[in-house]
Amino acid sequence: MSDAAPSRERSERMLRIARVVLPSAIALASLVAWEAVVRVNAIPHYILPGPLMIAKTLWTDWGTLQPALLVTLRITFLALAVAVVGGFALAVLFAQSEWIELSFFPYAVILQVTPIIAIAPLILIYVDNTHVAILICAWIVAFFPILSNTTLGLHSADHNLVNLFQLYGASRWQVLRYLRIPAAMPYFLGGLRIAGGLSLIGSVVAEFAAGTAGQGSGLAFRILESGYRLNIPRMFAALALISFTGILIFVLFTAISHLALRRWHESAVKREN
Amino acid sequence: MADPRLARPLVRLDKVDKRFASGVLALAGLDLAIGQHEFLTLLGPSGCGKSTALRLIAGLGDPTGGRIEWPDPEAHTRRDIGFVFQEPTLMPWATVFDNVYLPLRLQRVGRKQAERDVTAAIAMVGLEGFARAYPRELSGGMKMRVSIARALVTRPRLLLMDEPFAALDEITRFKLNNDVMELWRSQSWTVVFVTHSVFESVYLSSRIVVMAPRPGRIVAEHRIDAAYPRDEEFRTSTVYNEYCRTISRSLARAMQEQPA
Ligand SMILES: Nc1ncnc2c1ncn2[C@@H]1O[C@H](COP(=O)(O)OP(=O)(O)O)[C@@H](O)[C@H]1O
Ligand SMILES: [Mg+2]
Repeated sequence: MSDAAPSRERSERMLRIARVVLPSAIALASLVAWEAVVRVNAIPHYILPGPLMIAKTLWTDWGTLQPALLVTLRITFLALAVAVVGGFALAVLFAQSEWIELSFFPYAVILQVTPIIAIAPLILIYVDNTHVAILICAWIVAFFPILSNTTLGLHSADHNLVNLFQLYGASRWQVLRYLRIPAAMPYFLGGLRIAGGLSLIGSVVAEFAAGTAGQGSGLAFRILESGYRLNIPRMFAALALISFTGILIFVLFTAISHLALRRWHESAVKREN
Repeated sequence: MADPRLARPLVRLDKVDKRFASGVLALAGLDLAIGQHEFLTLLGPSGCGKSTALRLIAGLGDPTGGRIEWPDPEAHTRRDIGFVFQEPTLMPWATVFDNVYLPLRLQRVGRKQAERDVTAAIAMVGLEGFARAYPRELSGGMKMRVSIARALVTRPRLLLMDEPFAALDEITRFKLNNDVMELWRSQSWTVVFVTHSVFESVYLSSRIVVMAPRPGRIVAEHRIDAAYPRDEEFRTSTVYNEYCRTISRSLARAMQEQPA
């Protein structure tokens, strides 16, 4: 089996290249096919614009779209940040006291299982500032995955290690700092990845709920507005930007998770067989 | 039984009972004195309460009956006990250095001050050069070595080992048996070792206590008077085989014991 190693190395490199090349090729082919269908059938752009047209709209309407993108990004990341801080802190509090966890966890679940689209109109009524209302909606959906994953993670420390800490007379704080929080890291980061996507969904949904009544100017509002004006290319352009934001969030948190865990956690470690 | 070491033991278990909340009576009337510098082995079938006894000695949980006494109050501080579990029980996110440093860190010893002791402990178990490695990069035997280094970094007087080598292959186990015995001889420790291997117990111990299950109690006691250092020659000697036969019989009887 002396020549097995180099050939395996080669196949691994192929796999790495394929992971980038294949999806890109499919994307390119779909875009070309889309453009071709639109042109061959002479579909009017107010029904279905081709990708080139959408790209052009992104360019020409950038003045309107860019501020909207910034608003959506800001709300998404702000809501996520508050969800991370709040969810993590509450999970730590839960880990300190079973009573607190027993008392409050059900409410966190209720908050989670009630669809945000059903709560959003109420929040928009009670909170005067539309921006703050949207932020709250995004926060509600992003909060729970952080809370539940971190809570699970904090409880997941090896019980023999807990005993060892006890044996050496570790304080509560030391157990948390050196054992429970590191053990919770993979769970927390998993929650973060989910929460990132949900936060974007939350902010988009809330903006739709706010609709024309608000003075909102995020990407979702641009989609609504373009819909009323039958400006379909701009609708697609705004949609592309929302997808782009989602992809950005996913890639960002996957990278963070990988960097944080690559030294030790199975999920991030590439094993040689 | 007139062992001078037991006149003033390091720790004495006096009619110790342990009943778990589930109702299981894990230990009943356990009497055991552990002398200074002994290599004492608890031998018995699975479920006879060996781990429970060890955990009580370590102060992890309280007996539900009887007492555990430390005649020399000096000896009973936390830094005087080291514990090695059956699994290496390392923190996967921490390097070998940080894993071994843990007991000192918990006692608020600064990293700089601890460095010499940690490095020495790592060297003692033969892992020089691996201080910066992560547990996942080590073999099973090496992880166990890290676990032992962590237990001895505080220079404990009493080392408690709960079937530490049960999950290892025989070659690695023999090697670690020799290393632990060597460390025990050179460091003036007291070791309480748990195993269900007759051969391992005879090879290592100065005294063997045989336990019976349901409820856990001591049914026999044997002194292994063969001189240290013991090596492969001892492992193949007639004396060794005699001891193994005696202890095996004793263990077989223990397993037939009617519940008390
Ligand atoms: N935390 C616990 N709660 C309830 N029962 C336990 C607990 N730990 C051990 N036991 C029971 O006590 C008995 C002795 O267990 P253990 O000390 O682990 O035995 P050994 O180490 O000799 O195999 C077993 O019957 C076991 O099921
Ligand atoms: Mg056990």
